[in-house]
Amino acid sequence: MKGYAPILLAVALLATVPLISSSNVVLNFLVMALLIALAGQGWNLLGGYGGQYSFGHAAFFGTGAYVTAIIQMRYGVNAWLGFVVGIAAGALVGAVIGALSFRSGLKGSYFALVTLAFAEVLRIVASVTPITGAGVGTLIKLDLRPEAFQFQSRAPFYWIVLGMVGISLILARMIERSRFGAYLVAVRENEDAAKALGVDATKVKLVAMTISAALTAAAGGFYAQYYLFIDAGIAYGPWISIEALLAPIIGGIGTVFGPLLGALVVKTLGEVAKLVTGGAPGLDLVIYGGVLILVVAFAPQGIAGIFNGLHRRIFRRTQPAEPDRG
Amino acid sequence: MLSPVILVPAVLNGLMTGAIYALIALGLTLIYGVLHIINFAHGALLTAAMFAAFFTFHWFGIDPYIAAIGLTPIFFCLGYVLQRFIIGPAAHGEDRNILLVTLGLAVVIENALLYGFRADTRTINLPYAFNVVEIGSAFLAVPRVIAFGVVIVVALALWLIMRWTDTGKAIRAVAQEKLGAELSGIDVAHIYAVTFGLGTACLAIAACLLIPTYYVNPSAGNAFVLVAFTIVVLGGMGSVTGALLGGLFVGVVESLSGLYLGESLGQIGIFVMFILVLLFRPNGLFGEHA
Repeated sequence: MKGYAPILLAVALLATVPLISSSNVVLNFLVMALLIALAGQGWNLLGGYGGQYSFGHAAFFGTGAYVTAIIQMRYGVNAWLGFVVGIAAGALVGAVIGALSFRSGLKGSYFALVTLAFAEVLRIVASVTPITGAGVGTLIKLDLRPEAFQFQSRAPFYWIVLGMVGISLILARMIERSRFGAYLVAVRENEDAAKALGVDATKVKLVAMTISAALTAAAGGFYAQYYLFIDAGIAYGPWISIEALLAPIIGGIGTVFGPLLGALVVKTLGEVAKLVTGGAPGLDLVIYGGVLILVVAFAPQGIAGIFNGLHRRIFRRTQPAEPDRG
Repeated sequence: MLSPVILVPAVLNGLMTGAIYALIALGLTLIYGVLHIINFAHGALLTAAMFAAFFTFHWFGIDPYIAAIGLTPIFFCLGYVLQRFIIGPAAHGEDRNILLVTLGLAVVIENALLYGFRADTRTINLPYAFNVVEIGSAFLAVPRVIAFGVVIVVALALWLIMRWTDTGKAIRAVAQEKLGAELSGIDVAHIYAVTFGLGTACLAIAACLLIPTYYVNPSAGNAFVLVAFTIVVLGGMGSVTGALLGGLFVGVVESLSGLYLGESLGQIGIFVMFILVLLFRPNGLFGEHA
């Protein structure tokens, strides 16, 4: 259980928030932060553990959102089922893009470029094809029943997204400790050496990308149910690609808690920016970009790295032999 | 359908647009060839240059073609400073970090422009913007013809700099063998910054050529840079000739596909071409296979 206890503790603590505060502002803020944490954990599995930096995770977020919305509005399918299909569709898109790029041997900047291009193609297609509602967007009909994945208050939404974040944390921890996780890190550190030792690098990256896409698609599907409206700019826009990579990088790339920590920090910064400027567009993203550069420059291991450094400095004297960190 | 009366002007117009694409791609490929990084801030810097060109006209009434003379050195310095004092030190020499730092810069620049100038789309009115030159059956807008000429002059000037000046030789040396260049006393950090500056200066010129016929808003540069990425990959990363030919080629393809498929599909065409090239010919059409 060691290593899972902090996850359960963090989730349990966060789960009490709606019981303490019924403020919609607080819940709204936390729902968005958890949504980014979920999408960010998706990015982290591929980018953090696998070293493949995607600049186009919007492709998966948007597919999850659109499929969840379209399948229930146009085909009358139950929203929960639509959500599951949306996640599967996102995973499929991830697998296809992954298969195409990894088989062509794209890595580094090339991989970043091709993922960005796929997300942009999907955005343009979604903004002109009739099935997505083209420029108007897709509206999910108001139907406030739990069976329809809609609720009277925000608390159930909050618990659902928190539950998904909890699952993503456990998943990340399981991968970290598995043979597959070791392969993934080996590919990140030195792909040629990993291959020489018999690791099927293409397959490992492909599996990571599929899981990664599924998590980010889940965030997209949840977004659609929460706001009941999406358009091409929201679903496939660059904002989500940026926030999905920002959260793990700021929180601590390639760590289990990185995306959650980072998402909370990023969203807090965004709120502060909004307070300062009275909601003028742009400034929050200026701050995000600046923080991204600062983190890369001065704290490449993110907040988790700073914590670990402090932890080590404080406990080094009292605990000479540090046991296996969880 | 293939009547030369329609086809010839489309091809000529495509060449004119392609020339500007080529100039933007030239900056990108120059930076890639020497620093071996993809500059994700290229689009945002182009947008910034377009705003600069717009406001020099709007506030001071300076014709964009004359403004280019002042804006080019300013953007050279901007690029130099960005590489020397932000990208270089922040990246710690790791490619993955450079990706993130240039992405961060792009986000900062683009959204600072959005914050400062809102999402409004702005255009300028030049008295001669709608004048045309007649070549055979084709009527070509004067700004496009000027752009084509300027790009050729700039490409030539760049070639001369690279071929004959000491700085040019140092740039080529660093591009070929960084360690060897460093050992022969070349200041690599300085050369990196000069190259980045040259790439950014290309954007200032491109912006001044674009602004008479195009609009500017905080994301205006992105469309061009995705095209430029396509061109750079198509022509072979780091190849200057490849960027020039690729630019003209893409300009013509876009013009023809716009003619036959319509505007929005023409835009997708570029992306699809881009993805196909990346997947199947990542070393460019003229490069050896990966």
